[in-house]
Amino acid sequence: MIALVDRPFDPGAELNRFCRGRAETGAVASFLGLARGEAGHGTVLALEAYPGFTEGEIGKIAAAAVDRFALHGVAITHRVGRIAPGEAIVLVLTAAAHRREAFEACDYLMDYLKSRAPLWKMEHLPAGPRWVEPTPRDQADLARWDPPRGDDPP
Amino acid sequence: MAKVLLFGRLRDLAGWRERAFEPAPASLLALKSVIAGLDADLAAALEGPGVRAAVDRVLVRGDCPLRSDAEVAFMPAMSGG
Repeated sequence: MIALVDRPFDPGAELNRFCRGRAETGAVASFLGLARGEAGHGTVLALEAYPGFTEGEIGKIAAAAVDRFALHGVAITHRVGRIAPGEAIVLVLTAAAHRREAFEACDYLMDYLKSRAPLWKMEHLPAGPRWVEPTPRDQADLARWDPPRGDDPP
Repeated sequence: MAKVLLFGRLRDLAGWRERAFEPAPASLLALKSVIAGLDADLAAALEGPGVRAAVDRVLVRGDCPLRSDAEVAFMPAMSGG
C-alpha cells in the first residue's frame, strides 16, 4: 500500500495496522526517516510530488521489492508538502517469512526511494531555499543492488 | 492543446509550473524546440543530467509522438526519502 500524505502521521498506528492478521509472516522490518534539524538551524523541508504519477512509480518500486525479496507485504507512507524538524518523512514496512528478506527489502526500498521516486525536496536554510539532488553516496547506495556487469561498457 | 508541467528546480528556473501549448506539437522533440524558442535556459536545463520526461504519466526516453491533449512533465533528478 502506497500513501502520500500532506500532514503528520502516526508511524506506530501504521505498524500496528500492517501487522494485523499476518499468521504466516515471521518478520516485519521498518524504516522511519525523520526530518533532521541540522544543528538547530531550523531547517524546514518541502517535498513536491507529481500527483497521479508519483504513487504509481513508488508502487512499481514496491512491486519490484516484493518480487525480489519474496515479501508477504509492503507499505510505504511518504510525506509531501512542508515538514518540520523531527517529523516523520517516510515509513517503509516490509513483511516476509524470515528477517533477512524483511531487512534487506527495507534497505533496498529506501535506496530506490531516495533516487527513483518522483519527489523533489527543497531545504529552507537560513541562507535561503535549496533544491536537494541525489548525492554520489545515494547513487553508490543504489548501485549496490544492481552491480555493473563486467561486460558493460565503462 | 498540450499541457506541460515543470517540477523542482525546473519550475523555479522557468518561473512557471504549468503551461498550455496550442496547437500541441506533434512530438516531444517538437515541443522541446518550441520551448527552446521561448526560453533557451529552460531548453538547456531540460537536456541536463538526470532530467526525465513523462508523457501522459509514462516515463519516456528520447522522442515520442504527442496526442493533441498530451500532458508532458519535465522532472529534475529525484530526491525522495
